[in-house]
Amino acid sequence: MDFALLLEIFPQVLLDGVILGFMYALIALGYTMVYGVLEFINFAHSEIFVVGAFVGVEILLGLKNAGALDQLPPFLVLLLILVAGMAVSGLLAVVIERVAYRPLRGAPRLIPLISAIGVSFFLQDFVRLIESVWRNAFNLVYPGMEGLNRRLELTATVDVPVKALVVITASLLMLWALHLLVNRTKLGTAIRAVAEDQATASLMGINVNAMISLTFLIGGAMGGAAGVLFGVQYGLINPYTGFIPGLKAFTAAVLGGIGNIPGAMMGGLVLGLLEAFAASYLSLLTGGAFGAEYKDIFAFSVLILILIFRPRGLLGEVVRERA
Amino acid sequence: MLEIRDLHVAYGEIPALKGISLSVATGEIVALLGNNGAGKTTTLKTLSGLLAPRSGEILLEGESVRGMPPHLIVRKGLAHVPEGRRVFNRLTVRENLEMGAYTRSDAAVSADLDRVLSLFPRLGERRAQVAGTLSGGEQQMLAIGRALMGSPRLLLLDEPSMGLAPVLVEQIFETVGSINRQGTTILLVGQNAALALDIAQRAYVLETGAVVLSGSAADLARNQDVRRAYLGEM
Ligand SMILES: Nc1ncnc2c1ncn2[C@@H]1O[C@H](COP(=O)(O)OP(=O)(O)O)[C@@H](O)[C@H]1O
Ligand SMILES: [Mg+2]
Repeated sequence: MDFALLLEIFPQVLLDGVILGFMYALIALGYTMVYGVLEFINFAHSEIFVVGAFVGVEILLGLKNAGALDQLPPFLVLLLILVAGMAVSGLLAVVIERVAYRPLRGAPRLIPLISAIGVSFFLQDFVRLIESVWRNAFNLVYPGMEGLNRRLELTATVDVPVKALVVITASLLMLWALHLLVNRTKLGTAIRAVAEDQATASLMGINVNAMISLTFLIGGAMGGAAGVLFGVQYGLINPYTGFIPGLKAFTAAVLGGIGNIPGAMMGGLVLGLLEAFAASYLSLLTGGAFGAEYKDIFAFSVLILILIFRPRGLLGEVVRERA
Repeated sequence: MLEIRDLHVAYGEIPALKGISLSVATGEIVALLGNNGAGKTTTLKTLSGLLAPRSGEILLEGESVRGMPPHLIVRKGLAHVPEGRRVFNRLTVRENLEMGAYTRSDAAVSADLDRVLSLFPRLGERRAQVAGTLSGGEQQMLAIGRALMGSPRLLLLDEPSMGLAPVLVEQIFETVGSINRQGTTILLVGQNAALALDIAQRAYVLETGAVVLSGSAADLARNQDVRRAYLGEM
């Protein structure tokens, strides 16, 4: 085993893990917030994420074709695609709830779940159809932005691309804003009240349906932001790109304790780090017996272990209720 | 203040209220008595909009609120303290009280907070504590305090004494009396008929979804049937 090499790549692996982790955390928030208010898994959330990624790529390609991409300051462009991706994905989530879930509110639990899977398929093929007609292609690549691709060399083996810093900063800002919104504002408190007891919340004068829409708006916007950041970070997207990150983010939400917002953030980070470390270290540590392709098996094995000992997830706890 | 006419409510096909009529005048405490399953909770839930009546009329200060969703009825000045308290366990005491004032943005909210904290000093001490960890009595105080934060003109109380130690029960009823003296009209569902009749001016007795007796609290307290059925006398 090459300890020197292990140590040397550590900062790079850590950085990869943190980026991946924030991505999962942002997506996981959509799953966990919706679960918190409706006790329902929104399986279409991975496509809400993808739509955000496509909004970003379309704006970038549009700017590029107009020759404006390299004229504009990259941070402004980034802000633009983030806001647009969040807006479209957020509104899309609201519409999906209104059309595909709300009419099924009183139905047995499996029914809205199946509706969500249907919406998911619909959106995948809808994005594919639109892009096929519009661009005659549905595998799209985020055009590189000068300035974002620059690398800051920290040491000989560790260099940090500017865009990695951007992704981390943007994620942190959004998680922080969400924390303030949910925990420090009256609307956020109302969302938490609705999550706990809809009937009693309505007795406070809270419009429960409006809070459910707001939850989808926020969760969808976070998913859309994650989609844009995913595109900026990894480049290639297609209409089916959401499946794996969606599944992993859902796992992250369960790992953190489904319904629990700090839990989703933590679960995302844990999963991202596990995956990054497994990808880089498994082969080094096992003398090549297990390669990077075993990263998911390793990460999910750890998850299963954690859930065996903490079935409610890392932060999922039952509030003691006294009679 | 409140008038109910010939109200019919059913759960699916099973009727729970079979045409009840009652009224509450401004400034009164009116007690609603009856055995388990008589329909008391159903009546309050229908008034606050949680249940939709089959037929009948509900007038709040002369205006029909029948079929209105609960969050709009609250804005008409009605507050409902539900059976079993139903505080938000995961929110702090302070956040629970804030939710009680959800519809308001007027300057008097902080004065009302002071008033609630002076009625229930324990809540002030536990302001930052999560409500799920309060004792039963404290949760009941919080549920009532939360309702008062909406500055209601009509307060519906569903068995505020349920599951509480006798000392606490008396304390809660005393507080209900003083809330009323400060100007809030009250419809009180009571399990403890003796105490309820003690602070109420008038009362109705429900039996299997119908009003079987009504009158002044003093008359009902003397009524032999009421004494046998609800005051535990043989
Ligand atoms: N959610 C419900 N579904 C079906 N029946 C109910 C429900 N809630 C109450 N009931 C029935 O309605 C009747 C009145 O109940 P309730 O209003 O709770 O009585 P009370 O509060 O006087 O004890 C009872 O027969 C009860 O079984
Ligand atoms: Mg009852």
